[in-house]
Amino acid sequence: MSATQQGAGEASGGLDVATLAKDLVVTAFLAAAIFGTTIAFKTETAAGGLSLETHFGTAAAIIAAVVIGRLILWLTLWRRPAGQSVSLVPEGLKAGFRAKTDAYGKFFGPTMLIFAVVFPFLPTTDRYLLDLGILILTYVMLGWGLNIVVGLAGLLDLGYVAFYAIGAYSYALLAQYFGLSFWICLPLAGILAAFWGIILGFPVLRLRGDYLAIVTLAFGEIIRVVLLNWYQFTGGPDGLSGIPRPTFFGLAFKRGEGNFADFFGLDYSSIHRIIFLYFLILILALVTNFVTNRLRRLPIGRAWEALREDEIACRSLGLNTTMVKLSAFAIGAMFAGFAGSFFATRQGFISPESFTFIESALILAIVVLGGMGSQVGVVIASICMIGGFEIFREAEQFRMLIFGLAMVVIMVWRPRGLISTREPSIFIKSKKGVSADMVAQGEGH
Amino acid sequence: MEYFLQQLINGITLGSIYGLIAIGYTMVYGIIGMINFAHGDIFMVGAFIALIVITALGLTVSTGLGLMFLALILVLVCAMIIASAYGWTVERLAYRPLRGSFRLAPLITAIGISIVLQNYIQIAQGARVKPLQPIFSGGYELMKKGDFVVQISNIQITIITVTVVLMAVFSLLIAKTSLGRAQRACEQDRKMASLLGINVDRTISMTFVMGAALAAVAGLMFLLYYGVIDFFIGFVAGVKAFTAAVLGGIGSLPGAMLGGLVIGLIETFWSAYFSVEYKDVAAFAMLAIVLIFLPQGLLGKPEVEKV
Repeated sequence: MSATQQGAGEASGGLDVATLAKDLVVTAFLAAAIFGTTIAFKTETAAGGLSLETHFGTAAAIIAAVVIGRLILWLTLWRRPAGQSVSLVPEGLKAGFRAKTDAYGKFFGPTMLIFAVVFPFLPTTDRYLLDLGILILTYVMLGWGLNIVVGLAGLLDLGYVAFYAIGAYSYALLAQYFGLSFWICLPLAGILAAFWGIILGFPVLRLRGDYLAIVTLAFGEIIRVVLLNWYQFTGGPDGLSGIPRPTFFGLAFKRGEGNFADFFGLDYSSIHRIIFLYFLILILALVTNFVTNRLRRLPIGRAWEALREDEIACRSLGLNTTMVKLSAFAIGAMFAGFAGSFFATRQGFISPESFTFIESALILAIVVLGGMGSQVGVVIASICMIGGFEIFREAEQFRMLIFGLAMVVIMVWRPRGLISTREPSIFIKSKKGVSADMVAQGEGH
Repeated sequence: MEYFLQQLINGITLGSIYGLIAIGYTMVYGIIGMINFAHGDIFMVGAFIALIVITALGLTVSTGLGLMFLALILVLVCAMIIASAYGWTVERLAYRPLRGSFRLAPLITAIGISIVLQNYIQIAQGARVKPLQPIFSGGYELMKKGDFVVQISNIQITIITVTVVLMAVFSLLIAKTSLGRAQRACEQDRKMASLLGINVDRTISMTFVMGAALAAVAGLMFLLYYGVIDFFIGFVAGVKAFTAAVLGGIGSLPGAMLGGLVIGLIETFWSAYFSVEYKDVAAFAMLAIVLIFLPQGLLGKPEVEKV
């Protein structure tokens, strides 16, 4: 259906009607094979077996839309002579835009931060937006955590959600069995997740990129299946409920004497707890970002990036690559553990349902679409993905479909992610971005 | 002993299905070095197309044997052709534009395509499981001891036969035809192959088409064997088939089949003797163990790391 390069090449000398017709006929056939079967005939469970329900109208409409869409693409975008930019935006405008983003780019982060801080107190912010903010910040934190593993160390991890699950279950179980409070469990959850990161990481980290990806995926699934089936301990598919809410230095967010609202002389409102959770995750996310940025400047962080660029060179220079990889894996896992225990305390209920592969894919998509290794990119991608998810809430059924399509389209459009320049961790004279084409990303040798 | 034999038969049947899917992974990985994450979902689509065609033809247990044979061939061909169209389109839309880009990019689009296919089928065909009334019945008793009967059903015979035949055909295709030669050339050195006049893009497309066609066969077999499918069967089956491909040695066709059999047997025996709940854990743990101790697989060549 789409063949951009071929299109641009063939159309260089104007439009050949015969080629176009042939192309459209092929498109129509393919569309008929794809949509003419699965949409036109819907299997329905009926008495005594299955029956077919036909939707020829819908199928025909979709096929027609595909063919017409391709015709329009042929007549517009792909018609340009070869070698000319396909972009519709004039070059001058782009250059001007680039100059502006270069000039104001450094203010972007602080502006976002100020906005994030004042956001709960804006008059337009209601409970719904605040919840959405918490959700986005959770993914920002997870994205930043995974960025250490994927973006900096170049290790492709498809089972990151396992550590998130470990963090969440650590808190829930410690609170349930030992009655420990959130503030004690938060570091414990991180430590446990890091510990599991080391256990799982140690045997597999010498694998190459793709193999590592599939093994981490397998580990993610193993942990989920164990959580699902270990009924006595984890509650199985029923999950764990009644997870205690966090307190503000011992002040609970409840009505009555000696609680948060009473202590500060405020009128009780349920929104206090939400605002508190919002700031909690904001601080956790900022800590993740801060630690990552500091680590990048330390020898260990530089070793991560060196490892991403060339593992053999690293080994020749005497770096212990296993330790370097393991540290990235463990630190990434630790932040997922923190985020997990936050998730548990916010929800008050967790079950293995929340830790499926799709979550891992979503977090990875945020990191890659944001531009790997870019901290700001993660924020932008989280806002786009999670916000976009919310916009399509109406279209419940089509939400995941659109999400998958968006992943494909953005990746094809910008394979290097939205923010594709990088700040080098050390620079000699002046700060200068490096084009992403110059660096290896997640090859994971 | 009887119980063991019965499980062996079941394991080989399941292993044949995994092996057929694994061939798609192994060929694609061999030629372009990427994990075609959406392959499991092509298998799922193949199963759905087979279900639609079977329902449309109105096959039941009472259909005569000759007619049933012809009808099943028709179902097989339909499923293979349509799944091939899916495989080709996916390659064209999601992987070809990213060829030569960094290695993670096609993996991300593959995950995206996997999500798209699953949700597309969920929307188009409904989220509920689709039960198919058994259209095959009967079988042969191999052994009998007390109450326990070891039997091989007609479905199992069909599955194993079709797998063996297809394996033979595809091995010949790779070994003898010009397309197979082009594929092997691309696998060794893509740049050199293109310099020698091989249309690399077309060869890669054909690899996807072949993988998709075999996945569709596996889909039909899965449908006949289990009688129940839903839009999510592709994920777990895909991961297991990938395990099989790795176990057999990625890039090797007989290896994929062998790996499939081993995974099928492990899973069956694990469910028979230990616990059904943890059968997926067994398969996934197997993957990790193989990769750690035998990264080149059973029949694969050890990989040389180059600077």
